[in-house]
Amino acid sequence: MSAAAMQTGRRTLLALAAEHPGGALAAFTLGAIAVAVALAPLIAPQDPFDLTSFDVLDAGLPPSWLDGSDPRFLLGTDAQGRDLLSAILYGTRISLIVGLLAVAIQAAIGIPLGLLAGYAGGRVDTIVTRTADIQLSLSTLMMAIIALALFRAGLGGESLSRFAVPLLVVVIGLAEWPYFARTARAATQVEGAKDYVRAARALGASSFAVMARHILPNILSPLIVVATTQVAGAIMAEAALSFLGLGMPVTKPSLGTLIRSGYDLMFAGAWWITVIPGLVLIGVLISVNVLGDALRDGLDPRRMAR
Amino acid sequence: MRALAAPLGFIAGRAFQALLVMLAVLVIAFAVRTALGDPLREIMGEAVPEAQREELRHELGLDAPWPVQLARYLGGAARGDLGTSTVYKRPTLEVVLAKFPASFELVLGASLIVLLLAVPAGIYCAVRPRALGARLILGLSVLGISIPVFLTGIFLITIFAVWLGWLPAFGRGETVRVGFWETGLLTLDGLEHLILPAVTLSSIMLPLFIRLVRGAMLDELGHDYVRTARAKGASPLRVWLRHALRNALVPLAAIGGLQVGTLIAYTLLTETVFQWPGMGFLFLEAVTRADIPLITTYLVFVGLLFVVTNTVVDVVTLMLDPRISLEGTR
Repeated sequence: MSAAAMQTGRRTLLALAAEHPGGALAAFTLGAIAVAVALAPLIAPQDPFDLTSFDVLDAGLPPSWLDGSDPRFLLGTDAQGRDLLSAILYGTRISLIVGLLAVAIQAAIGIPLGLLAGYAGGRVDTIVTRTADIQLSLSTLMMAIIALALFRAGLGGESLSRFAVPLLVVVIGLAEWPYFARTARAATQVEGAKDYVRAARALGASSFAVMARHILPNILSPLIVVATTQVAGAIMAEAALSFLGLGMPVTKPSLGTLIRSGYDLMFAGAWWITVIPGLVLIGVLISVNVLGDALRDGLDPRRMAR
Repeated sequence: MRALAAPLGFIAGRAFQALLVMLAVLVIAFAVRTALGDPLREIMGEAVPEAQREELRHELGLDAPWPVQLARYLGGAARGDLGTSTVYKRPTLEVVLAKFPASFELVLGASLIVLLLAVPAGIYCAVRPRALGARLILGLSVLGISIPVFLTGIFLITIFAVWLGWLPAFGRGETVRVGFWETGLLTLDGLEHLILPAVTLSSIMLPLFIRLVRGAMLDELGHDYVRTARAKGASPLRVWLRHALRNALVPLAAIGGLQVGTLIAYTLLTETVFQWPGMGFLFLEAVTRADIPLITTYLVFVGLLFVVTNTVVDVVTLMLDPRISLEGTR
């Protein structure tokens, strides 16, 4: 990319931020969260996955602004005596990692299939489109619940705990590739008819080169928008599965697991174990969704032309 | 006459497709059972010598080749026999069906709330797109989509059950038996118990349906017939409700009907939060206890719900909308 193009890119980004203060705020919030969870090992008061670093005698202590709290624990402790702040930092990390990796799988399957369907057309297109339609008509959350439930019933909760992260990533990743495929297909059909594609083909570029080097860079905008909403969906799916006890185990809690384990204690008065991770989860989800909406507005070519 | 004959052919075709899908679901359920469950353990438990196991295995025909076993399973399914629950020691179908009323009444309550709120809100957002109220509704629906259904439930319980103490938080409350159907709709206690779970479940469907109604209405309002109706002097309200809404309902029924899988998943989450004794709650309990026959029966039942809903939606869509060409469907 030339320096001039970089300059334009930067300027549009600033203009975008000015035009969408909500989107900019969401992006900033997500950036701050990303930095915080990336630095979790450095800034977290304790390692919540290390069972020796906390004591069950500290269990259920309230946040520091309430009576009976312990100054060592800013947000209180959970049912196992973990520092809740540390658990939330590490838990958000797991939620984000699972969400991002799952969407990476969705994109890795969906984008090539969509490109192929849109570019080749004919029978390939029919097969991809039909498969996508069928998969979407089966609810993806329901499919994920069933897959993990069968895994748990067949191999036991022990193995589910051990392989929770890869399992969640694969199950959520396989579930929603059709969204990427649909978007990539529609955009490819539009781009494929344009002159530059025909020129590339006339110059003897292979079909693969046309798709990967010419069409793909030009359909990235809609794909980025899809990716954003999909990340929100994947994080929510992970939380739901963990809340049902089909995801991350209590020894390695994600936000969903924290919410579930705190829920059992809510009627004993320990509401913070559930409510604080819940608010963090909602904050993440709202930020991602608002950012997605802002990107959709900002990257819409019809609006850019104006 | 022809007009009637064509839908009948269409319905027969769709029913045949539905049967094929159910057959596939049963084969998958059979595969899961064979792979994960040991019927002998279900019957005799762990502490039985191998020789005796072998004998019973032969007696029950479990050493038969799998096609024979599959045929037996399908034959059983046709008679309504999907196996025996290892936990409840009763036919699994009986166990699942006993929980059906609880789930159904929860979904019914949520659907009523969605219908009563989403249709007016969606119409309002379509006819007054720039009004403050419309923007507020759409903004709130982004918020609603961002809040996972189990958190909505937890927050509602915190506020209305823990802090205010107005409503019960767990279970169905007092129920009454009407024939085989155990209903919570006929007692005050049962209705009180239904409020929070139904509101929770509706909260996740509401944003979706408001957007759907709004989108469908916006599409219809752009058509010429709306202008014609207005020009001949029909009041705006009449045009919106009698003309546009009626046409907007067709795609709405189709899309809404296709959400059944999502609805089942959300119902499962809601039932978990409120310990609502429905099918989803039963399913998760079966998963924890590794009750394989019960798990597969639930899967078959969910498959059946899914297939029936989709078939009915297809047929109803066709009947509601004369514009859909029957020639194209054959």
